[in-house]
Amino acid sequence: MNHAVNRIQTTFERLAQAGRKALIPFITAGDPAQDRTVPLMHTLVQAGADVIELGVPFSDPMADGPTIQRASERALRNGMTLRGVLTMVAEFRQQDSVTPVVLMGYGNPIEAMGWATFAQRCAEVGVDGVLTVDFPPEESHEAFEHLQRHNIAPIFLLAPTTNEARIQQVAQLARGYVYYVSLKGVTGAGHLDIAAIAEKMPQLRRHIRLPIGVGFGIRDGDTARQVADVSDAVVIGSRIVQEIEASAPEALLENVKRFVAGVRAALDK
Amino acid sequence: MQMSPSPYNLPDATGHFGPYGGVYMAETLIPAVEELRDQYLRFRDDPEFKAEFAYELKHYVGRPSPIYHARRLSDDLGGAQIYLKREDLNHTGAHKINNAIGQALLAKRMGKKRVIAETGAGMHGVATATVAARFGMECIVYMGADDIQRQAPNVFRMKLLGATVVPVVSGSRTLKDACNEAIRDWVTNVETTFYIFGTAAGPHPYPMMVRDFQCVIGNEAKVQMLEMAGRQPDAVIACVGGGSNAIGLFHPYIEEAGVQIIGVEAGGHGLASGQHAAPLTGNAKVGVLHGNKVYLMQDADGQIIETHSISAGLDYPGVGPEHCVLKDLGRAQYVAATDDEALAAFDALCRFEGIIPALESSHALAHAIKIAPGLSRDQILLVNLSGRGDKDMNTVARIKGITL
Repeated sequence: MNHAVNRIQTTFERLAQAGRKALIPFITAGDPAQDRTVPLMHTLVQAGADVIELGVPFSDPMADGPTIQRASERALRNGMTLRGVLTMVAEFRQQDSVTPVVLMGYGNPIEAMGWATFAQRCAEVGVDGVLTVDFPPEESHEAFEHLQRHNIAPIFLLAPTTNEARIQQVAQLARGYVYYVSLKGVTGAGHLDIAAIAEKMPQLRRHIRLPIGVGFGIRDGDTARQVADVSDAVVIGSRIVQEIEASAPEALLENVKRFVAGVRAALDK
Repeated sequence: MQMSPSPYNLPDATGHFGPYGGVYMAETLIPAVEELRDQYLRFRDDPEFKAEFAYELKHYVGRPSPIYHARRLSDDLGGAQIYLKREDLNHTGAHKINNAIGQALLAKRMGKKRVIAETGAGMHGVATATVAARFGMECIVYMGADDIQRQAPNVFRMKLLGATVVPVVSGSRTLKDACNEAIRDWVTNVETTFYIFGTAAGPHPYPMMVRDFQCVIGNEAKVQMLEMAGRQPDAVIACVGGGSNAIGLFHPYIEEAGVQIIGVEAGGHGLASGQHAAPLTGNAKVGVLHGNKVYLMQDADGQIIETHSISAGLDYPGVGPEHCVLKDLGRAQYVAATDDEALAAFDALCRFEGIIPALESSHALAHAIKIAPGLSRDQILLVNLSGRGDKDMNTVARIKGITL
């Protein structure tokens, strides 16, 4: 039984056959309200998302820029917890058994729950991958062991600063896909350099057999298209969170759908 | 559990102090901390580096800092003799300069011309701004907006020294949030920037490197105590926020089996109130924040909780990894002193000895004052007076209901 990893694998295989690139939107669970998260997830899928990265809010999001910091603060004020996020995934799975869901966040809420319990709950509710921003491969032994036991893919980050030896190390541990952070900086920063990404790709591909997604700094269909030309998947976070932040409650789903569908159309051109 | 001191040699090569420490950082910064580790290991035993560090400590910082026998205070308490390691007499007024000099010398060798720092009470910010001016580096200091209010004189000092002070308005607007913001700066400017981290915590090699630079405190004390008292003290006592002044005093004493080691955390309004900054004595769970695994004040869901201490320098939810392992090993004991106890100690030192201590150091002093009467007159407590209290005038005046 290999449902979890297979959901991500199956998705990327299907896309590759169709010659399409994956669109991976990020939202923070519990933002703008707890009862909006599952409807937002379905909306993302309807608008053309292939994988959903669901942010687990943390009090000290050190790798995030102001936009996602604010989303985390809103979510925590709304009482969002890791337990609550897992329950949301279970609810999402009642209607969607196909779209992979990756939890993304910082390690401490998981440490507090315990990796064994967390990994088991992930398997029960239908989480497919887990990305802990502040747990590099060196500190991920325990996490890796428990996630693997339940066929949850550990997703790792690579950065422009990552050297060859570390790329190899990540290649050995990673499952699902690898997330290339396209710039030096926090989430939501603006200075995307497509040429630099294209230049780094061959070095990554030499070791990484998994699909490579690129995130950080992608703001619209145009930049998404350019990134997709040199990678397998496009991750968009801060720009969607801004859409959520700026939307009146009644226009929330519609606005997010319009934005994501626009990116999808640009990717499929 | 009592450890035998001889095999104590932490951290291991991967930066772990038993189960604590490590390198819990986002991938973008991993190469930076690896480079820092390699460069530090290269220079720590380099004779030229050591000589330059020693020169700066002597001629710029004014070391060695003296040890002072607080006789009137000791007589009044009627028990153990209290000795003070006078880090408050250092240039810039606290122990923080020892580490800032060391890291600046390393930054210089690594060709970094821009330094950043986080600060709570402002002492590390002032120390960093000072060494940046001394070595001609650009300096950015991140400081919680609430701390900027509490520590206005230090903010002005940093600006006089040419540093840019950036107020941090996210989260609890204190030291931990300043750390978050400094890390965000570092991740963005990693190639040009050296992060002068202020305490013996964070990702490896910081806990080890900051400890090594601060060990000058304990190393001097061991020589000075022999000269002054003919023997080592019965106990060494220091306040613990992140714990850099404490580990600097404690570490050289780990091998001295006859010397008790006591760290004093910020008890705030009392441990029972929940409003404190005492992860070690408050039975906090182990968690991960700011690059290392340590005892960490958090709620049941793993969110970091807001701490409280009268002293901005101790107002931090975590603690350095070496203190965590020393607690587990039983080699050091950790206790807490409340805001009120620290204030009483602050007053006592002012009145009995003519020394105005930092509120942080007043916590260590408070514990010495608490236990001294129960000890005999020939016993010795060595308290690390980690900083001077000039920066705390506004805070203390406000508590006393005085407008300056």
